[in-house]
Amino acid sequence: MTVVQRPQPGRTSRPGRPPRPASAPRGRISTGPAGVRRRKEALAAYAFLAPDLLGLLVFVVLPMVLALGVSLFEVDGFGGYTFVGLDNFRQLGSDDQFWQSLKVTGTYTVAFVPLCFLAGLGLALLVRDHFPGIGAVRTALFAPHVISLIVVGVVWQFLLVDKQGAVPGLLRPFGGGDVSLLGDPEPARWTLVGVSVWFLMGYQMLIFLGGLKDIPSEFSDAAMIDGAGSWQRFRHITWPLLKPTSFFVAVNSTIGAVTGLQAYDLVFALTKGGPAGHTTTVVYYIYQQAFTFNHYGYAAALTTAVVAFLVLATGLMFAATRGGRFHVD
Amino acid sequence: MSTEALARTGPRRRIGLRAVVAYLIAALTVAPLLWLVITVFKPSGEVFAGGLPTRFTLDNIWYVLTEVPFGRYLFNSALVSLVVTGAALMLHSMAAYALARLRFPGRGIIFYGIVSTLLVSLPVILVPLFLVVRELGLLDTYAGLILPAIFHAFGIFLLRQYYLNLPRELEEAADLDGCGYFHRWWRIVLPLSRPALASLSVLFFLANWNAFLWPVTATRDPDLRMVQVGISTLQGQYGSAWNYLLAATVIAAVPTVVAFLAGQRWLVEAIKTSGLK
Repeated sequence: MTVVQRPQPGRTSRPGRPPRPASAPRGRISTGPAGVRRRKEALAAYAFLAPDLLGLLVFVVLPMVLALGVSLFEVDGFGGYTFVGLDNFRQLGSDDQFWQSLKVTGTYTVAFVPLCFLAGLGLALLVRDHFPGIGAVRTALFAPHVISLIVVGVVWQFLLVDKQGAVPGLLRPFGGGDVSLLGDPEPARWTLVGVSVWFLMGYQMLIFLGGLKDIPSEFSDAAMIDGAGSWQRFRHITWPLLKPTSFFVAVNSTIGAVTGLQAYDLVFALTKGGPAGHTTTVVYYIYQQAFTFNHYGYAAALTTAVVAFLVLATGLMFAATRGGRFHVD
Repeated sequence: MSTEALARTGPRRRIGLRAVVAYLIAALTVAPLLWLVITVFKPSGEVFAGGLPTRFTLDNIWYVLTEVPFGRYLFNSALVSLVVTGAALMLHSMAAYALARLRFPGRGIIFYGIVSTLLVSLPVILVPLFLVVRELGLLDTYAGLILPAIFHAFGIFLLRQYYLNLPRELEEAADLDGCGYFHRWWRIVLPLSRPALASLSVLFFLANWNAFLWPVTATRDPDLRMVQVGISTLQGQYGSAWNYLLAATVIAAVPTVVAFLAGQRWLVEAIKTSGLK
């Protein structure tokens, strides 16, 4: 088999050119009648797609559709379904613990998203240009993200143990050693935020680094020649051109904060939702309802409410930022 | 550039300061993990003592490996992670090949349908997914752990983007040689996609090794516990025996660190790609 590398008019393969329809008529290649060939191609395509499509339908789409359906039922632990209409949603209105968990998730999100955003962006700007040991620094900053959230939870629990842990030990000279960082409501909440930021900032940094790499350095160079300082260059060149990346990071970490794994795994390993429900996120509460109390139908109704809320919030963010001007060309 | 501008920005000195700040933050970031590793080698009485161990010991690690069914947990995690990664790479590559290279009715709708499932995270579908898997009789089976973890649109999406940019000429040559679509995928596209497959395999392995929510939901049988579930079980049993609990976390983290260091370059590419492109 030989690699065809002849230059042909109109067939140069530039990187980044828009994909050409796979079987656009190319006389030289199609042999038999075009129709037969096209049908064969379509059949092959469906065969290639079938396993993934089936899997996605059963394990993603079906549950999504079911979530709505199940929320209209009472489901017992043995697989019996009783239709209860909108009862689950009515119950939700007077469930103080649900509203409390929404509040926890809300305050967590409002603190976590901006902090994580700033940390990620700051770190990306810090390690954007070369200096000795930059590879090791980037690796170190990303390292927490490689560890599982369960391990992260256990490690921080250990570091935060009242009186004996490393962190209270460090805080003692500053008069902070007696605060229980996991046992007192307010500190526990900030601990959850802090550990989440520690876990995710390296990932956000990488995303920002990718975005920064796409900004042609000519703009900054030109501005520098014109005498723009580093803040001005950031404010008027980097920041506007980074908008699509910023939008992605903001939406992504919001969704993560509300329904991501930090909202469950980390809470489970770090605080078990305590003290007294002050770190019980809505995802954690839903899990308890479903798998501790076997209230599957009610848990499905709660999930539906949260998803509706999330869709609304994302839509608002999208409208407010005009999609981060995704379509700048 | 004017000398004045050079003097003002002073690139050498500024990068020096920047580097120092970066070293400091990086050191603070990994400090908890280093602290963990050091503690694991301390005798049980010194867990909360600062500094290096007075006596270097492997007792904690040995205890976890022999007195707790931790080997079983590690085996379960390795099995599930490797099978999911292998199966996912194959199936996603096939689907991505069709979406990027073949022409068929409904291609656009199918592609956007697949991509839109990216918005669904596991906690959102957890309850109904549990009911589906229960109805299929897959609770407390390896299949129940493996199957739902395979299907994720991200892999399909990333590979499709990659395939769009592969040179077409090779496939055309194969077409002239009379190769069918399956051969073209298996013999040409798959070997050419090694870099993308490497990225995804690191990502898939890490995600599955670190998975907790689905394994804890889908299994009750202690023999099916994956390693993260195992740790949280130990957390319940050995709550105050920090030396054993921390030893377990270090053992559980070793494969992820190895996978990360070995596949760092590819992992970083995959994550950057997940940003926007």
